[in-house]
Amino acid sequence: MKRTRTPGISRRSTLALMGAGAATLAAPWVARAQAKTIKVGMPTILSGRVAQLGTSSRNAVMLEVEKVNAAGGLAGRQIEMVIRDSKGQPQEAARVARELVNTDGCELLIDAEASSGAFAVHEVARDLGVFCIHTNSETSSLTADPKQHIPNAFRTARQGVHDSIVGGSYAAAIAKAKGLKKWATCSPDYAYGRDTTAEYVTYLKRFAPDVEIISESWPKLFQPDYTEVVTKILQAKPQALYSCLWGGDLTSYIDQANIYALFGQMEVFAVNMADYTALTVVKNLPKGIHSGNRYIKTYPATPENAAWGDAYKAKYGEYPTNWSWENATAIMLIAEASKKANSADGKKIAEAMKGLKIKSPFGADGTVTMRGEDHTLIGYAIGWGTTIPQEPYVPQVQAGDWKTILELEAEWKKSKGYA
Amino acid sequence: MDLDALTGCLASSACLVTQTTSGLIIGMLLFLVAVGLTLIFGVLKVVNFSHGAFYMFGAYFAMTAYQLTGSFALAMFCGAAGTAVIGLIFERVFMSRVYGADVLMQLLVCYAFVLIFDDVVRMIWGPEFKSMGMPAAFQVMPLFIAGGVVPPYYLLLIGVALAAALILGLGLARTRIGKVIRAAAHNPGMVSALGINTGLIYGGVFALGGMLAGLAGALAAPVRSLTPGMGFSVLIESFIVTVIGGMGSILGALIGALLIGLIRSFGSLGFPLFTEGLMYLFMVIVLVSRPSGLFGKEVA
Repeated sequence: MKRTRTPGISRRSTLALMGAGAATLAAPWVARAQAKTIKVGMPTILSGRVAQLGTSSRNAVMLEVEKVNAAGGLAGRQIEMVIRDSKGQPQEAARVARELVNTDGCELLIDAEASSGAFAVHEVARDLGVFCIHTNSETSSLTADPKQHIPNAFRTARQGVHDSIVGGSYAAAIAKAKGLKKWATCSPDYAYGRDTTAEYVTYLKRFAPDVEIISESWPKLFQPDYTEVVTKILQAKPQALYSCLWGGDLTSYIDQANIYALFGQMEVFAVNMADYTALTVVKNLPKGIHSGNRYIKTYPATPENAAWGDAYKAKYGEYPTNWSWENATAIMLIAEASKKANSADGKKIAEAMKGLKIKSPFGADGTVTMRGEDHTLIGYAIGWGTTIPQEPYVPQVQAGDWKTILELEAEWKKSKGYA
Repeated sequence: MDLDALTGCLASSACLVTQTTSGLIIGMLLFLVAVGLTLIFGVLKVVNFSHGAFYMFGAYFAMTAYQLTGSFALAMFCGAAGTAVIGLIFERVFMSRVYGADVLMQLLVCYAFVLIFDDVVRMIWGPEFKSMGMPAAFQVMPLFIAGGVVPPYYLLLIGVALAAALILGLGLARTRIGKVIRAAAHNPGMVSALGINTGLIYGGVFALGGMLAGLAGALAAPVRSLTPGMGFSVLIESFIVTVIGGMGSILGALIGALLIGLIRSFGSLGFPLFTEGLMYLFMVIVLVSRPSGLFGKEVA
């Protein structure tokens, strides 16, 4: 480099260099472009406290996209994923989604947002008419409410009301067998925690009418200390406890409740326990916590599911999450629908996806179905079981019965005025 | 509101013991963080907005040391000592440059380091939450005192925090170093003129404050989940404590922290939907009636 003292020029070139550098860094993470590619946009949460889930969504999508591309892509066009961070903020999710379509030319959207962002992205899909598949939002009304319904949007996530029906009937059976009448609840104080707990209690009481809720706790989301909640529950002396705390909140709660020996004094039902993110972190996992399945490679107990979980682990060094299977399913469905329609066009894929039944490692009977009437996934593996502190973590999962689920769901829809 | 539950609890010794210890635990951990904050403010006159990061470092250091050595005592020591070193470096290299600068400037430097420290933790330990796990020695049945439940680990925790409070209080009041620190807080120019190295005192006080927060983090590590950014909510509560107790007062920090702990533990019984609110309400009442805090010096 020439050492000349000409600050004006050198500053200008430095600035130019910095500008170029910034532009390179600011460029989105784009898989290598190829001819005739089809761009698929994906807003998700890649920073902040739930970044782990967003990353696991991206991992699962990339794992499946590789397979689809190796098999020839969507009607001959290779998929190119454009994945952006929404930071978990709804307004950012909506902005990113719009930009992905309008500026980056994405023809399909995978909305890997939590419920807060999913409703915002849904409005973008309504406005732009772009094909959109929600992969992580479990809030039932997203597809159940006819006001939300648009022909171009689908959902591959599990649904809150399905979980509550299965969880409620599972708990009621145990409550009846063991005579558990006095229940306490402890869930995070925000929409998900409140809605899920209310639905769960509704179905628990429906199947076991003499159950009584004697204590409720609503700790704040991401609260560091739960001691006062733990001791409050101990005071109330319930026979059973329900919680939909999740992730780091759940593991904190377990550590703190453990030293009060809470788990020896009541049956605990924690819907989000059986997720690898929580199972692998808790050091002293008490035996016998009841949990719903999130993603676990041993349920459904099929070679396909185990192979999928292992392939994911081999590639990314950790086990998949609940969000992983939901996102992988989206790609599987898009690929299958595109094959059926023999097109990569969003409208044709949407048409072909209605009522589409595909083979899936995550299906209760080896298949999952995209229900035609409300564009949401049914037939996925759903069940409850008790946890043990080492692999396979949930040795026996009691499967939910899809016939019952669908009947009660239809009834629930009626009661909400959705059907 | 559930006043029956609250009065019922106050009438039963079992409930009283359980809820009081639960309040003490929350209060004591909070005290360790808040006292560092108040000490640094008292002597250095800066509001260390990045104090929560020291709590986070303490927890992560303790977890790593525990995983490497399996020794709980060593884990506590590493949590406290490691954080002290970071505190010292942070003060000497960065904070010492903004003494006397605009409050906004100090705040910005601290806030920048909140983000930097969070990302450093994310780079070293990863973004996912971690758990240290309870050492086998404390995995025992809780004690039953007058019918109330008290986990042995929490007795240790309360003991350590009380000892820290006592040593700190006596150290500042009775020892020569304590006198010098108090003098430096009162009139740094004069202390410097007497040939005492104020830079050393400032660095030492900052390290001490960091060490206490690190100790709190290390003590909390077995029972709280570790994540980047875990210091933030603790920091907010510590600020409430110092506002209630009075900025710069150690006794104030102790009383303020215990009050917050007890408000949380008994408030969650009587006002399950308003426990957070109670805390802030109490702060408002203190601010209105005694703007400088319960034990703060009246502003002249």
